[in-house]
Amino acid sequence: MLLDRDQQLELFTRMLRIRKFEEALIAHNPVGHLSIGQEAAIAGACMALRDDDYVTGTHRSHGHPIGKGAELKPLMAEIFGKRTGICKGLGGSMHLTDTSLGLIGESAIVGGGLPIATGAGLSIQVRKTDQVSLCFFGDGAANQGTFGESVNMAAIWKLPVIYFCENNGYAVTTSVEKSHGQPDIAKRADGYGIPGVIIDGQDAEAVHAATAEAVERARAGHGPTLIEAKTYRFDEHSNRLAIPIEYRSKEEVERYRRERDPIILYRDVLVSRDLQTGVDAAEEEVARIIDEAVEFARESAEPEMQDLWDCMYSNPINQPSFEGNQ
Amino acid sequence: MSMRNSVRKLSYLQAIIEAQREEMHRDERVILMGEDIAIYGAQKLFDEFDESRLRNTPISENSFVGVGVGAALTGLRPIVDLTIASFCYLASDQLINQAAKLRFMTGAQLKVPLVVRTSTFYNNRTAAQHADRPYPLFMNSPGLKVLAPGTPSDAKGMLKAAIRDDDPVVFFEDINLWNKKEEIPVDEDFLVPIGKADVKREGSDLTIVSVAGCLPHAMSAAEALAEDGVSAEVVDLRTIVPMDTETILKSVAKTGHLVIVDNSHKVGSVASEIAAVVSEEGFESLRKPIQRVATPQVHIPYNGPLEKQLFASKDRVLDAVRAIS
Repeated sequence: MLLDRDQQLELFTRMLRIRKFEEALIAHNPVGHLSIGQEAAIAGACMALRDDDYVTGTHRSHGHPIGKGAELKPLMAEIFGKRTGICKGLGGSMHLTDTSLGLIGESAIVGGGLPIATGAGLSIQVRKTDQVSLCFFGDGAANQGTFGESVNMAAIWKLPVIYFCENNGYAVTTSVEKSHGQPDIAKRADGYGIPGVIIDGQDAEAVHAATAEAVERARAGHGPTLIEAKTYRFDEHSNRLAIPIEYRSKEEVERYRRERDPIILYRDVLVSRDLQTGVDAAEEEVARIIDEAVEFARESAEPEMQDLWDCMYSNPINQPSFEGNQ
Repeated sequence: MSMRNSVRKLSYLQAIIEAQREEMHRDERVILMGEDIAIYGAQKLFDEFDESRLRNTPISENSFVGVGVGAALTGLRPIVDLTIASFCYLASDQLINQAAKLRFMTGAQLKVPLVVRTSTFYNNRTAAQHADRPYPLFMNSPGLKVLAPGTPSDAKGMLKAAIRDDDPVVFFEDINLWNKKEEIPVDEDFLVPIGKADVKREGSDLTIVSVAGCLPHAMSAAEALAEDGVSAEVVDLRTIVPMDTETILKSVAKTGHLVIVDNSHKVGSVASEIAAVVSEEGFESLRKPIQRVATPQVHIPYNGPLEKQLFASKDRVLDAVRAIS
């Protein structure tokens, strides 16, 4: 499935939104785990989904709702901890979840989303709709038990799930080479009898094409696919994390920033296709909405203690009054 | 006689199977998952329902509970049979970090209508890795509802209420009650409310609060006390979270004496929580110290006679009463 010109510009815009959203965080509210460097993998995958398809994500959560097309103001306000945030300021940077676009939770327990995405796949199968469920997870999560357990269940039941690994090379500071028996996570698919695909995660259209194929397979009832996007994290694991010892060389990071920046790579492709005007317009639009989002977040009110009680249960029973819980 | 008033004699276990069957007929969003359910427990259901609603799972406790969570988030109402309560530990990440927290962490965008059934397999010579009664672990995990019915009627009515509830519920079944039988309303809308304790026997001298399978022992102790002229009130807690402290406090206000019977390990037990609440909110009513009949901090042995001594019995309840008489 090829993207038309509008879709190409939409893909570029979503990648740019992730980048500029996080650059604004670095400037204004330096918390969180950044996806800078991984935008092509995230937005490329999301562009292959419909609004009603489900997505689960990770602690590195910002890109997933943005990639799926979410409005930025509630996301920015969430990271500022405000009541207008998408999760009322109760979830924060690791949990940007916009259910209106099918996101059903970003897990800060590594590997926690794998069974949940699988359950969404089971639900689709029982309800007999043609939705799919896409699970973003990292190279670190592939070493959790939930990976094998979940992929196995999706395989035996032929669930419409796409397991999408953002392999950014490092689980915090531990490299894939030092933590995996062999470095290609997608090869594990063979052990579960499902297709495994390795793609260049810095190539937005390659990511989109591979995901679209897996989505088509899932919608047709042929079961799950494991996709491994080889990508790279340009910044540290977390914005607030001090790294006392060098675990990857400065040269390696610089080389990726210089030669493998997905935004620069895709921008060049679009310009070569005579889409300069569209690219310029996208850059202007993204700058404007990021400024608006920061302004909105700054001006919004803080949540209140009562909000905590109100969000505990759908059907509260015997819940004491807030005053009783001071 | 109308259906609404008719009753049928069922065991505790039959009542649970019947509740599942009725709710699966009533609501096509209800599905059942678990290890070996095709052979045990749900066997008959396989003839009645679309196979897609019955999932025999691989031995992957944490992940199949997580599959239940994902299905609950996306329009189904799963019942996950976690078989033996000691297996809860394997699934505790999905139960405590996901099911219990997802609604809160998304600012109430999501709901998790999940029921996890699990059986406490004690007093059955299964040894320490199969015999736990881990209610307190989940009592201390806000976001979950924790049920532990003590009678066949309550097992049926509370499981049905749990399936219809929009929050995640951990439903503890007590295998020592599985074969107890009683007459249960046939009415398909027979529900026992979550969060309400039940006064099984009224009395004026002493309150005995019973948790889960302790009920038969609490009742026989009350009968023995009655023969000695002591009037004991027996309160079956039924729901551990959200706890009906009002009923307990009301009873203690009347009797001034409290014995709590709970088969969980004593430290940080359900009994401990009840004792703490009564100390904080009902201290003036107490005429003697609160007594907890709970399991000491040793592991459950394989040896049958030794195991039996660690759990509630009529004699242990009577000993506790004597200590404050």
